[in-house]
Amino acid sequence: MDFLRPASWQEALAAKAEHPAAVPIAGGTDVMVEINFDHRRPEYLLDLNRIGELEEWEADGDTVRLGASVPYTRIMEGLRAELPGLALAAHTVASPQIRNRGGVGGNLGTASPAGDAHPALLAGGGAVEAESVRGTRMIPIDDFYLGVKRNALAPDELIRAVHLKKATGPQQFSKVGTRNAMVIAVCAFGIALHPDLRTVRTGIGSAAPTPIRATTAEEFLTAALEEGGFWDNGKAVPPSVARQFADLVAGAANPIDDVRGTASYRRHALAVMARRTLGWTWEQYRGKQQDERNQPCA
Amino acid sequence: MRVTFTVNGRRQEADDVWEGESLLYVLRERMGLPGSKNACEQGECGSCTVRLDGVPVCSCLVAAGQAEGREVVTVEGLAGKDGRLSTVQQAFVDAGAVQCGFCTPGLLVAADELLERTPEPSDGDIREALSGNLCRCTGYEKILDAVRLAAARTGEAV
Repeated sequence: MDFLRPASWQEALAAKAEHPAAVPIAGGTDVMVEINFDHRRPEYLLDLNRIGELEEWEADGDTVRLGASVPYTRIMEGLRAELPGLALAAHTVASPQIRNRGGVGGNLGTASPAGDAHPALLAGGGAVEAESVRGTRMIPIDDFYLGVKRNALAPDELIRAVHLKKATGPQQFSKVGTRNAMVIAVCAFGIALHPDLRTVRTGIGSAAPTPIRATTAEEFLTAALEEGGFWDNGKAVPPSVARQFADLVAGAANPIDDVRGTASYRRHALAVMARRTLGWTWEQYRGKQQDERNQPCA
Repeated sequence: MRVTFTVNGRRQEADDVWEGESLLYVLRERMGLPGSKNACEQGECGSCTVRLDGVPVCSCLVAAGQAEGREVVTVEGLAGKDGRLSTVQQAFVDAGAVQCGFCTPGLLVAADELLERTPEPSDGDIREALSGNLCRCTGYEKILDAVRLAAARTGEAV
């Protein structure tokens, strides 16, 4: 095994071009487990820890350009306002020790259906900035996950950052597990209201071969909210609508039975999480609408 | 490969390090610092917790080469040079928070960092800070007592 230690991003891209089989390592929270357990013996390890810009974010304008290695700890502390769904998801990742090392780039690189960031990324919307010596391309998050632990990266590409739309409305993340820490999700659900577009987006984790959106549920809810004038009148979402939304979310999943839970439990839990998170986000949205209405004229 | 970094304030070097080796292995097997414990090797148990440039991490998940040039503090670095236990260490002894002792080094490093960051932690703060450290003797109540005791003593000393 060779340990490649590029001092700059350009050097890292050159190394990846020269050795496409090199395994990038940043926080190490996935890669080192595989090496420790002899599940993987890469010919080259490509250490990204010396590349400072991967641990920075830029938040000018309408999007956050989040460096691939920004640790979850810093996401939950520093991006709560801009990326509330991702900040909540970040807080559920493993433990403080793991959150101090792991970041979204690793979750995307590993592309496990159970990665905690994925439902929030899908719900919030955005794109992965992949780069190689050939150039940069933006891969929409919806097109990024190809299969169990397979993603859309080319062999010579590295993840530089993820571009995420700043929240324009409430977002939530919910995850089922046996305790609050050190849990690989039995299943997880993310929801983001986009009042600017009058749409709702979702993300499902650990309940299909890849992280997925519940598009039929999104379309149904978006139409129901529009039809009832809910975005403007700020009324509560009728229970029948919430129930239908929850059922459609459960229907979008394609779960399996495994050691963490059964397929039918996962579907059931997803429906519960969908209904609850819709309730939480919509109440927050209504509250804000009401506050705005009650503002005295300047 | 050769790896050089600072451990508990001292420059240390290790030769013939295998490229896939963890920081934990280098500390224990090559630098004679067996305080950090090797248990799960997958970041689940926190027994190997050290500080890397001040930040608590699982040393089993840091590749040795990633520690190059950086500052590592292990449990061996907590006590004073004269061997006097640190406040957190003494509190663990006094509160009976050490049973088999295998999780203790990781808990000490994590608790020490918590109190440095949050001198008056709530119970919620303590639980969260120690949520990545498993005690298979299940001595969690005494461990919580110890951290509360250390916090109270730190407060008195100021």
